[in-house]
Amino acid sequence: MERTRRNILKLFGITALGVSAKPVLNAFAKEQGHPAEPQIRKGEKALKAKQWAMVIDTRQFHSAHDLDPIIEACHHAHNVPAFENKNHEIKWIWDEKYHHAFPNKTTKFLNESVEHRPFLVLCNHCENPPCCRACPTKATFKRESDGIVLMDFHRCIGCRFCMAACPYGSRSFNFRDPRPGIAEQNDQFPTRMKGVVEKCNFCAERLAVGELPYCVKASNGAIKVGDLYDPDSEVRQLLKENYTIRRKQALGTEPSVYYIV
Amino acid sequence: MNDKKWIIAGIVVFLAIFAFPFWYNMGKAAPAPEVKLTEKAKAAKQCVMPTEYMRAEHMQLLDVWRHNVVRNAEREFVNTEGKTFNMSLSNTCMDCHANKADFCDKCHDYASVDPYCWDCHLDRSKENE
Amino acid sequence: MLEFAFKGSKKYYGWMTGLLVLIGIGFLVYLKQLDVGLGITGMSRDVSWGFYIANFTFLVGVAAGGVMVVLPYYLHDYKAFGRITILGEFLAIASVVMCVTFILVDLGQPMRVFNVFIYMSPNSVLFWDTVVLQGYLLLNLIIGWNVLEAERNGVHYQPWLKPLIYLSIPWAVSIHTVTAYLYCGLPGRGFWMTAILAPRFLASAFAAGPALLILLCMIVRKTTHFDPGKEQIQSLAKIVAYAICVNVFFLLCEVFVAFYSKIPEHTDHLKYLYAGLHGHNLLVPWMWASLILMAIGIVLLVNPVTRKNESVLTVACIVIFIGTYIDKGLGMISGGFVPNPLHHINEYWPTLPEAMITLGIWALGFLILTVLFKMAIGVKEEVRA
Repeated sequence: MERTRRNILKLFGITALGVSAKPVLNAFAKEQGHPAEPQIRKGEKALKAKQWAMVIDTRQFHSAHDLDPIIEACHHAHNVPAFENKNHEIKWIWDEKYHHAFPNKTTKFLNESVEHRPFLVLCNHCENPPCCRACPTKATFKRESDGIVLMDFHRCIGCRFCMAACPYGSRSFNFRDPRPGIAEQNDQFPTRMKGVVEKCNFCAERLAVGELPYCVKASNGAIKVGDLYDPDSEVRQLLKENYTIRRKQALGTEPSVYYIV
Repeated sequence: MNDKKWIIAGIVVFLAIFAFPFWYNMGKAAPAPEVKLTEKAKAAKQCVMPTEYMRAEHMQLLDVWRHNVVRNAEREFVNTEGKTFNMSLSNTCMDCHANKADFCDKCHDYASVDPYCWDCHLDRSKENE
Repeated sequence: MLEFAFKGSKKYYGWMTGLLVLIGIGFLVYLKQLDVGLGITGMSRDVSWGFYIANFTFLVGVAAGGVMVVLPYYLHDYKAFGRITILGEFLAIASVVMCVTFILVDLGQPMRVFNVFIYMSPNSVLFWDTVVLQGYLLLNLIIGWNVLEAERNGVHYQPWLKPLIYLSIPWAVSIHTVTAYLYCGLPGRGFWMTAILAPRFLASAFAAGPALLILLCMIVRKTTHFDPGKEQIQSLAKIVAYAICVNVFFLLCEVFVAFYSKIPEHTDHLKYLYAGLHGHNLLVPWMWASLILMAIGIVLLVNPVTRKNESVLTVACIVIFIGTYIDKGLGMISGGFVPNPLHHINEYWPTLPEAMITLGIWALGFLILTVLFKMAIGVKEEVRA
């Protein structure tokens, strides 16, 4: 017992330095020959993908009203505050007109249904994200296991370099304590603190327990997510059958959010 | 060197001021606080790790937890007894220790540490009261 | 040598007290900012960098500008500048301190600033910027201090300083290059996406830095027994003349590329700055004022008759300093953020608290600069006596 505990102390000491706990834990387990060491692992139900991607069928949305439940579901669940001062605005997923969502893909006389259609925009979870390149602390990073671009709010120093680097305006900064702006707190999910940047997290907390993102759930089938590199995945089927576009493709960031127009 | 007495007087004054917290509090050290356990915590008998370990190292454990949850998508912790826990401060720790004021704050105040956990993670004890 | 900073006239003490008051006010407002958050500034989701970063960018330039006295003296053996190299180096020190302070006050979580070193990220330009800025600060401290002490003792400075001095020359170029790279490598920000951003920054730096140095030399001459020298000031003036011409030339190059190609992503920002976009024109008068000021500066400095007249030269330097300050301090940063990547227009203007913190940092810089100059001139007066 005493020996075991000392080892745990040791290994937690090592992992506290920022190294992933898992290999260290496993190494100790092997060396000592008894498996009764603490383990850190993914849940069995966790959804996996090489690169998560999203396909939004915009044809199913007709007015901004159609998007409200989706935005509301996300913002409520993630404790995204609402402030009157537009400068302090925080949003993870929101509604834009076509020519704002796709400023370099507009034509002069746009198809009427497209022109009036609402477009959901959010973090693109780029395969080649400029924000992660810019971050001086790796507080924002592309998760290797599934390609989601995430924020480590414990580490962010609030320099806002990622906001300048993002070509999609997907990031928000906490210019003040967000809590007073949250009408109804969701206890299951943390809020943020002032001085850090935040954005859509592709519902990483839900994927981990085998659930699909809130926006998907609230979209009545208009939004699908899946593995971009699994040829049999639902998103790949949709991409095969429909012509899709992405935001600012020319920049080479390889967005993972696709739009059926 | 005629400044000797001034230098010594200066040092004495400096030390007196420097040591102010020590002699001001002399003889009236606050007793170490006793943390209170909720019924749920008492019934569980042991936390995710042995009590002694938790008492001394819970911050390291939490740091490992948050690192693996946030950065590696690993959210399950299996302890030496084979029990599985969801690695979550708000949803696991605070579920049992639903008395933040009597459990967390008491010791933190005593040790004069001010962790910023609750700037973001919600203290669920209010709803459980 | 620090003792020189404590001996001074009433005026000197008055000036220092005034600066301390401004620093104090700035600090109090900063405490407020720490408490409330960056929400007390005019920055927004769309314009996420504002006055702090703009001042930082401008001051990196002033710091780099110090090299314009170091380079001719040490590389070209232009003896006349030997009298004032120390002033250039000390100006660089004060500027870099201001730069670092501006970065610090711009952070949302300043207590975590050491994360930049704990989690070193060589892929981030900001990481390299902290490295080069601190290196430059250190180089100038070591060089400035030792050379000055050698001068005081009437000996030649230590031979090991020579390689550091040579190193400080490309290093000065590097600090402004890396600062430009903060902006020009960002996809989707058409205004900054130009390979001549770093050269343009350097050109405006080599105009603004030496212009400020000329003004400081004039003040030194008036208030002390040390005369930086007529020839020195004239040589600096020629450097400013070349640099400001190159700066405006680069700006015109940008205008040509944007408007001949007519790519909206590049023209929109320039349109916003100089003509207004969809009725948003907050910065238009400022940008034109900046252009006019720089043009006046060129006319006054290129013409030898006006340049050689020191009172006209003073005016020219003030005009150029203000012109480049507006160009970089207001236009360069806001201009890149307006319109935003989704082509929404959200304008930015600094708030009063933001301005007070900024003023406090400038006061801190001038306090450091005054102390350093007082030392340098104290030594020079002592040696001469």
